[in-house]
Amino acid sequence: MFRKQECVAMLLAGGQGSRLYALTRNLAKPAVPYGGKYRIIDFPLSNCVNSGIETVGVLTQYQPLVLNDYIGSGQPWDLDRMDAGVHVLPPYQGKKGADWYKGTANAIYQNMAFIERYSPEYVLVLSGDHIYKMDYSKMIEEHKKNNADCTIAVIEVEMSEASRFGILNTNPDGSIYEFDEKPAHPKSNLASMGIYVFNWEKLRRYLTEDENDPKSSNDFGKNVLPAMLNAGERMYAYRFSGYWKDVGTIDSLWEANMDLLNPKVPLDLSVPDWKIYSRNPGLPPHFVGEGAEVQNSMISEGSNIYGKVDFSVIFSGVTVEQGAEVRDSILMPGARVMAGAKVQYAIVAENAVVGEGATVGSRPEETEKIEDWGVAVVASGVRIGRGCVVPPKGMVDSDIPDAQ
Amino acid sequence: MRNNNVMGILFPNMHDEALSALTSSRPFGSVPFGGRYRLIDFTLSNLVNAGISKVGIVTQDNYQSLMDHIGSGKSWDLSRKNEGLYFLPPVAMSDELYAGRVASLTGIRPFFRNSKEEYVILSDCHVVGNIDYDKILDAHRESGADITVACKHGDVPRLNDNLLLWMQEDGRVNDIMLGNCPAGECDYGLGIYIMRKDFLIRMLDAAVSRNHMNFDRDILLRHIDDVKIYGYRVPEYTAVISSPGSFFRANMDLLKPEVRAALFPAQRPIYTKVRDAAPAVYGLHASVTNSLVADGCFIEGEVHNSIIFRDVRIARDTHIENSIVMQGAIICEKTSLNCAVLDKDVVIKASRNLSGAEGYPIFIDKGTVV
Repeated sequence: MFRKQECVAMLLAGGQGSRLYALTRNLAKPAVPYGGKYRIIDFPLSNCVNSGIETVGVLTQYQPLVLNDYIGSGQPWDLDRMDAGVHVLPPYQGKKGADWYKGTANAIYQNMAFIERYSPEYVLVLSGDHIYKMDYSKMIEEHKKNNADCTIAVIEVEMSEASRFGILNTNPDGSIYEFDEKPAHPKSNLASMGIYVFNWEKLRRYLTEDENDPKSSNDFGKNVLPAMLNAGERMYAYRFSGYWKDVGTIDSLWEANMDLLNPKVPLDLSVPDWKIYSRNPGLPPHFVGEGAEVQNSMISEGSNIYGKVDFSVIFSGVTVEQGAEVRDSILMPGARVMAGAKVQYAIVAENAVVGEGATVGSRPEETEKIEDWGVAVVASGVRIGRGCVVPPKGMVDSDIPDAQ
Repeated sequence: MRNNNVMGILFPNMHDEALSALTSSRPFGSVPFGGRYRLIDFTLSNLVNAGISKVGIVTQDNYQSLMDHIGSGKSWDLSRKNEGLYFLPPVAMSDELYAGRVASLTGIRPFFRNSKEEYVILSDCHVVGNIDYDKILDAHRESGADITVACKHGDVPRLNDNLLLWMQEDGRVNDIMLGNCPAGECDYGLGIYIMRKDFLIRMLDAAVSRNHMNFDRDILLRHIDDVKIYGYRVPEYTAVISSPGSFFRANMDLLKPEVRAALFPAQRPIYTKVRDAAPAVYGLHASVTNSLVADGCFIEGEVHNSIIFRDVRIARDTHIENSIVMQGAIICEKTSLNCAVLDKDVVIKASRNLSGAEGYPIFIDKGTVV
């Protein structure tokens, strides 16, 4: 017998994050490192805990090893609970055979039994793709007040950008009358954040109907939400204001990290009453050596800095050797930049090595044709040989031998 | 592999008087060290890394800060169904607080009685080191000793209650001196003892019935001929905290890469309470060299040869040198610090200058506003 939970959160964490290319070779997108000591999934998980939601199902599918290990018992987020807590839910084999999660809605459908044990009133559906701090309890509060069947969190985006998003058109009272997926001529600038609150009774019915429709692609945005709207269910938009960023591309991941160094960006990870929790590697404080120069940067524990670091985000256990220069870059856990190497506008993934005197990326003003410029990426565990050059926008996913 | 047969007993209050500036509101074991640790973290982690998962902590009257730090022992993987961590506060029946090791150990006899472990490791918390306790256990079993004392050869620490050992070639101790001995190099005990549990209980009973209450004097020295006492020279790096000066030096030693490598090897981590602070942020004017900086700091000033603990804020136009700044300090503009040790949550207001001398750092009490 499980204790009843008013709200169960279901976190869709099976995405490959194919637009992060080399960074998601061996791990699912929600496990991608972010912000010096976090992984993307720390944000929705911490938001859940801070909002008082104690039961979270994490739906995994693509490359789950790192993510499974990382979540573990849920202890870092205080989600190692007696019968609530965090539960990793991979696809499984049933009596009628085995199925991968066919779509976001199907993933929830396949885990209805998990949700049922808690007899919840509400189900909160989240994705593991965004960086933001949000109090879900306020959204649920508004969902109740509106007597809604479904509430979708929305954020105002620039009108010029609106055609990149799923746009919701609403009445003055906040009720939704139309979904506009990536509209060429948007009528509003309210973009869906991929955060939904459902009445569980209603959602269960629509998931079952959706599953029985062979033509459906079993996706929330494409199938379930439009079906609910067409049937005249009470659907409301919940306006969120604050920092929210999709980190689905190399550029947006890089930008979202750099945002942490910009005091004007409203994303402060040091606020004690809304902490973002993460699994701690247990390393000593970082060391800044004689002759090192560090400015405008974020540095995490266990790193050793002997070179120059400016406008960069340095994760734990990173080494920047003497004479090395790191600017406008992200060095993920265990990365090593050897003596005399230069890393600019780049993401160096976990345990990658940039050999002596090698160059990774360049500044936009130093690039001849600006359309050739972009953030360079070195995939996890890759070694860039001594004296090698990785051009801007370069993407390296296998070792490069030393230059002659 | 789990070391089921060994239990650890820690004495976080031993030597409190040697570091009175930092132990007025906390036991020795919860004195902050090295940017994010407490002294007890080293001993606890050494036990856990040796697979020992039953640890008793013998506390005296001021154990709030220790309880707060250790909690259920989760951070050390000691929050367990089988065994794990036990706080052993003074029992109400005793007339006075545990005065020393013998009285404390006698007070926790029920704990021993309920334990099935064959061996006991007793350890104080004044030694910073990443020590392989498995090796001491091996040495103890091989030598056939009744009791093995971990020791180090070198200059004698400035403690009032040193245990100095003279050993034969095979490690058997044939002479012992106690107290504040003349300076010079010799083997001194590190407050770490290994023995069989039943042997310990037998010796305790015999000592208590004669009102012999000093462990080193009455259990070791008095029985040097009829008990096999062996010394084990710890090969790992150790720093004995025996005075304000040695506390300062042991912290500063962490600025040497070889000391950090010895204390924090990847295979034997030192665990501590996790606070989930964001990574440290360096501002536009930050200039930091040869320093250790923990998470949660925000630095805009100049910092050299210093240890900066978690959640410290250092404003611009500041100059901090040869100093230890503990958790939560706020250092305002136009200040300078040299050879200073700031306890937790100290505020240094704008335009203040504080300076100690090398070898004689000034200590600023917890929560002081200067």
